[in-house]
Amino acid sequence: MDKNEEKQREEEREQVVSPWEVSSSGKIDYDKLIDKFGCQRLDQSLVDRVQRLTGRPPHVFLRRGVFFAHRDLNDILDAYEKGEKFYLYTGRGPSSEALHLGHLVPFMFTKYLQDAFKVPLVIQLTDDEKCMWKNLSVEESQRLARENAKDIIACGFDVTKTFIFSDFDYVGGAFYKNMVKVAKCVTYNKVVGIFGFTGEDHIGKVSFPPVQAVPSFPSSFPHLFSGKDHLRCLIPCAIDQDPYFRMTRDVAPRIGYHKPALIESSFFPALQGETGKMSASDPNSALYVTDSAKAIKNKINKYAFSGGQESVELHRKLGANLEVDIPVKYLSFFLEDDAELEHIKKEYGAGGMLTGEVKQRLAQVLTELVERHQVARAAVTDEMVDAFMAVRPLPNMFD
Amino acid sequence: MAYSKDQLLARLKDLQIEFSQYEHPAVMTVEAQAKYVGNIGGGLSKNLFLKDKKHRFYIVSALADTKVDMKVLSQRLGLGKGGLRMAPEETMLEILKVPLGSVTPFALVNESARDVALLLDKGFKAQERCFFHPLSNDMSISLNTNDLDKFLKSIGRDPAYVDLEANPAVGKDQPPDLAAFVPSGSTVLPDLPDPASAVQSAGGSHVNANNNCKAATEKAIKPAKDVQNVKDKSAKAVNPSSSFTDAEKFVEEILDRISAKLLSEKLFMQTKEGNIAQQGQELGNEIANRLRKCCYPELKNLATIFKNTAYTQGFHAGKASSLTQCPRT
Repeated sequence: MDKNEEKQREEEREQVVSPWEVSSSGKIDYDKLIDKFGCQRLDQSLVDRVQRLTGRPPHVFLRRGVFFAHRDLNDILDAYEKGEKFYLYTGRGPSSEALHLGHLVPFMFTKYLQDAFKVPLVIQLTDDEKCMWKNLSVEESQRLARENAKDIIACGFDVTKTFIFSDFDYVGGAFYKNMVKVAKCVTYNKVVGIFGFTGEDHIGKVSFPPVQAVPSFPSSFPHLFSGKDHLRCLIPCAIDQDPYFRMTRDVAPRIGYHKPALIESSFFPALQGETGKMSASDPNSALYVTDSAKAIKNKINKYAFSGGQESVELHRKLGANLEVDIPVKYLSFFLEDDAELEHIKKEYGAGGMLTGEVKQRLAQVLTELVERHQVARAAVTDEMVDAFMAVRPLPNMFD
Repeated sequence: MAYSKDQLLARLKDLQIEFSQYEHPAVMTVEAQAKYVGNIGGGLSKNLFLKDKKHRFYIVSALADTKVDMKVLSQRLGLGKGGLRMAPEETMLEILKVPLGSVTPFALVNESARDVALLLDKGFKAQERCFFHPLSNDMSISLNTNDLDKFLKSIGRDPAYVDLEANPAVGKDQPPDLAAFVPSGSTVLPDLPDPASAVQSAGGSHVNANNNCKAATEKAIKPAKDVQNVKDKSAKAVNPSSSFTDAEKFVEEILDRISAKLLSEKLFMQTKEGNIAQQGQELGNEIANRLRKCCYPELKNLATIFKNTAYTQGFHAGKASSLTQCPRT
């Protein structure tokens, strides 16, 4: 084993990003990730282009670089400029009932895309995946899927343009036909290479990837897109989902479909800092959509990792370390006003503003967000979930 | 047709259930009860009548000394934290047909209580005899748990004893251990005047309140709505749902929020700072712009909920109408 190989192995060990594991010995290096995965950086010119085409300010996640990578976004925009529409595809693995702010990020962004481009959306709930990977019962994973659907609906999706489906309910028919077409194009060795399966993994896992791949193809939804076989697909997702879609993009031309385009986000940091892990079993590591204003304030004050200095005097002198400060990072996700964020970063970085003030502003912003979500969530009935999940045409989906 | 104390006692005798009865002045607490029957051997019971956010009811019957933590119980039932509260007195009368101070497992003899879940303290099993009220708190009867079981089985109940003090972890890999006790049938609230039933019977508008959501909705609506029926908490939970099905209420909700923002200190403070010199129309414009900016996401949210709710009702009406047109399907 020569020195270069050794070094490469070591580097690979330090940072692991896959659909089932995200970990790193230090901060996640997104540049390295983009290189490794082979996607493109989402630069300012693309953000400006989106603004021009949609006629509205770009979403805060675009402005702040939360969604920072893409594949073929330019092609989607080229086609859109010519009047060719596309549809959105995103999803959630319903592994737990409790949703935290990080879970909402892709949905908030997808809602913006739906509103800005006026295009339809399909949302996949991979209850079968969680049943297999988390060893949940079929009933439990279906129940979680419906519960999660309510929080997703609460993000404000338009029922006349949105189709939510759970794998257990929907797989079959045209969807399954596409699954088989995809499966035929991916060898066992390839899927092991992409996802790291071993001889001990059960065959359910090995045959799952096509399930997540085929919503990228419009023919999987004959009740929505019949006759529109060449409709393009844009997939907003977190960057750890990239392997599924690399595989999909590899297969698509071989079965006569457009490659889906992707727009990818970075990871939402845990309350305790970049190296901390957000975990469903530690309620203090994340802010949940069910948290009260009081709980949010407390968690931020007690657990949010601060980049401020040890003492007020030291802080006034040296300023805060914005690289590791979590409240500022969270504000960059959720504070709409660019000018205010700049002001906070400047003052806090120079020592003029104290950690307490930043945390207070963050608590305000998040409380507003969470309360709005809770109002919307309270209004989601089982009947509404049924309506979103019904296999029905969406005649106004491009309006 | 509510069971009376005498009817219950007669029934117990019919079932050949052995019990001892003790009359005493009406007692509202276990401590008071103890004054009269505390010295006779046997475990005194405390009985809680609880309800969850989905209007399902539970009787938790435990030894007086057993610690019952509602938060833990709520999680073990799979209701999340804070999903359980004491049921209001009206429901005690309507469903259990007993007044305050008389909650007892025996109340399940009433038809109206058929969907009420029963959790029994496993501590009862260790006692020779246990005391319960026979539908009235001016008497206590003591009996062995086997006899209690006999009674429960006679009314079609499967007696199950639970370690109420246990606090097992509930997380994504450990499902709530008492989830099976949650009633599955929808609770029928007969002729209840309280708004909770209005919520259930307004087909499709049933508010699926989330944990802490009621607190949040109260907060969100409180500053906006000055004139409101503050009495019952569930009345507040009803407002979001009717705000989204009734155009009048929807518009009122929007105007309330706009007024609240308009009157909020922050808006004026910001406006004042920058515009001391401005007057009249300029000031008006300034305020209008700021108002737009800060109200837009909130109002958009409300409008989307309104649209989705209307669509949902239409969708289900459409489904039902096509079903009635093809009766042979």
